[in-house]
Amino acid sequence: MTIPASIVASGPAGGFDESRRTAPHVTIRSLSKHYPDAVIYDRFDFDIPRGKLISVFGPNGCGKSTLINMIAGLVPADAGEVLFDGRPLSRVKFGYVFQNYREALFPWLPAFDNIAYPLKVMGVPRAQRRQRVERLVAHLGVKIDLSLYPYHLSGGQQQLVSIMRALIVEPEILFLDEPFSALDYEMTLFMRDQLQRVFMETKTTTVLVSHDLEEAVYLSDYVLLLSRHPAQVVEFVPYDAPRPRTDKTLSEPGFIATKAHCLKLFQREVHRG
Amino acid sequence: MKTSNALLPLVGVAILLAVWSLATALKLVDPVLLPSPLATFRTLWESMLSGKLGVDFLKTVMRTISSTAIAAVIAIPLGILLGSSEKLYRSVEFLIDFFRSTPASAMFPLFLVLFGVGDRTKISVAAFGAALVILFNVAYGVMNARKTRLLAAKVMGASRIRVLFDVMLLESLPQTFVGLRNGVSLALVIIVVAEMFIGSTDGLGQRVFEAQQLFDMPGMYAAIFAAGALGYSLNLLFLLIERRFVHWAGR
Ligand SMILES: Nc1ncnc2c1ncn2[C@@H]1O[C@H](COP(=O)(O)OP(=O)(O)OP(=O)(O)O)[C@@H](O)[C@H]1O
Ligand SMILES: [Mg+2]
Repeated sequence: MTIPASIVASGPAGGFDESRRTAPHVTIRSLSKHYPDAVIYDRFDFDIPRGKLISVFGPNGCGKSTLINMIAGLVPADAGEVLFDGRPLSRVKFGYVFQNYREALFPWLPAFDNIAYPLKVMGVPRAQRRQRVERLVAHLGVKIDLSLYPYHLSGGQQQLVSIMRALIVEPEILFLDEPFSALDYEMTLFMRDQLQRVFMETKTTTVLVSHDLEEAVYLSDYVLLLSRHPAQVVEFVPYDAPRPRTDKTLSEPGFIATKAHCLKLFQREVHRG
Repeated sequence: MKTSNALLPLVGVAILLAVWSLATALKLVDPVLLPSPLATFRTLWESMLSGKLGVDFLKTVMRTISSTAIAAVIAIPLGILLGSSEKLYRSVEFLIDFFRSTPASAMFPLFLVLFGVGDRTKISVAAFGAALVILFNVAYGVMNARKTRLLAAKVMGASRIRVLFDVMLLESLPQTFVGLRNGVSLALVIIVVAEMFIGSTDGLGQRVFEAQQLFDMPGMYAAIFAAGALGYSLNLLFLLIERRFVHWAGR
C-alpha cells in the first residue's frame, strides 16, 4: 500500500487521478455463479479501481454479498477469474469485515488480541504483533480500551475492532458487507465517519456492500449499481466530492443529484422484474 | 433490597425445616421413621467428622471424580474429532444416541463379568455413562460453532488445524461444560447405585443401604443429605470452573 498521499482529496479531474483510474486493481472476468434455483452471475465482468472506495448497491438478493464473497474466496465461483494486479487471491493480503460483528469477533480474546490474531496466523512474533497493533491504534486515533473483551464493548466499538482486525495485515483491499446495518442510527453515522477516516488515512482499495443509498453515495468514489440476478452492472456512478465529507455534504446539490440518479436507476431495476 | 433477594433461596429451606420440626414435634409421623432435624443434623455432623460417614463420603467423591475424569479424557478429544466432521458424526450418531438412552445400570452385569466385583466395575460403568453424555455435548458444541466465526478465521488465512484449535475448540467449551455437569451428575447416580448393590463395603450408597438395613434412621438421613450435598457441590464446582474459563458464555 504505497499510494502517494497526493491523490487524497485531489480534485475531480486531476490528471494523475485519471491515469490511476485506467490501471484497475482487481479484474473480474467472466465470473459465473448459480444456485439450484437461480443464476446469480452469468459471465460477469468488472474492474475495481485502485485506491478507491466503491459501494455495491442493488435490489435485495441480487447477489451483492455473493460478489464480494467470491472475490474474497469465501464462496467458490462456478467459472471465471478474479485477479489482483494479475495475481490470484492466494497471494494477496486482504481484509474482510462481516455484518455480524458479534459472531465474527472471538469473544474469548480481548479486543487487542482479536486485532492481533491475523498476525498470529501469519506467524508474526508476539512483540511485533503488539507493536503493530499499537501503531495502528495510534494511526487511527482509536480511543477504546482494548484490554476489554468484545462483549464489554458497544456494537460500534466491536465493529471498529473488526475493522482494525481487517486492517492490521495492511491489506491491499478491504471488503465490508453491510458493516453498519446492525448498529443504531447514531452509531451508524459515527461509524461512517470512522470508516471514511480509515480510508483517508490508508487509501486502501475498499469495497463496501450497503443497503443504504445515502451511505453508499456519502462514502464512495463510485457506486456500483447491480441489476436483479443474473446481476449485471447497471451503472458505475462516480461521486467525487472532496473528503472529508460531512453532514454538509448531504445537502450539497452534487450529492443530492447523484443520490437521485442512483435511486432512479435502482427503482427502474426493482420494478423491472 | 439486594440482600433480601440474596436470602430468598433460604426461604424454601426454612419452610422445609419448619414443617419437618412441626411434624416430629407433633408426632405426625412415626419418630422411628422420621427423626427430628436436630437429631439428623447432629448425626450428620458427628459421623462426618469422626464416624464412618466421612470415609464413605470421600470414597464416593473419589469414585465419581475418577469416573468423570476418565470419561472426559476419552470423550472430549473424541467429541472434537466427531464434531469437526458432520458426516463422521452422522455416521455414529445412532450408536451414541442408542447407548445414551440405554440405562447405564443395565450395563452392570456386563461390566461385572469384565472387571469383577470392585471399584473397577463401578468406575467404568459410571465413566461409560458420563462419557456418552460428554461426547454428545462436545460434538454438538463443535458442530454448532458459529459459521461466521469459522469463516472469519478462514479469511484471515487460518489453516484447518488452526481453525480447529483456535476457534472450534473454544466455541464448543460452553457446551462441553454442559456435558461435564450432566456427566458428573450421572456418574454420581451410577456410583451410588453401584455402591448399594454391587457388593460394596464402603461409599455413600452402601452407607445409606446399611443404615436402612440396621434401622438407623438418623444415619440414613445423614447419608442422604451427604449425598445431596455432594451432588450439589460437584455441580457448583463445575459451574465455578466454567464461569472462570468460559467467561464469554451467554454474552
Ligand atoms: N447458499 C445458497 N444457496 C442457495 N441460494 C443462495 C445461497 N446463498 C445465496 N443464495 C441466493 O443467491 C441470491 C444472492 O444472494 P446474496 O446474499 O448475494 O444477495 P444480496 O444482494 O447480498 O442480498 P441482501 O440484500 O439480502 O444482502 C439470493 O437470491 C439468495 O437467495
Ligand atoms: Mg447480502
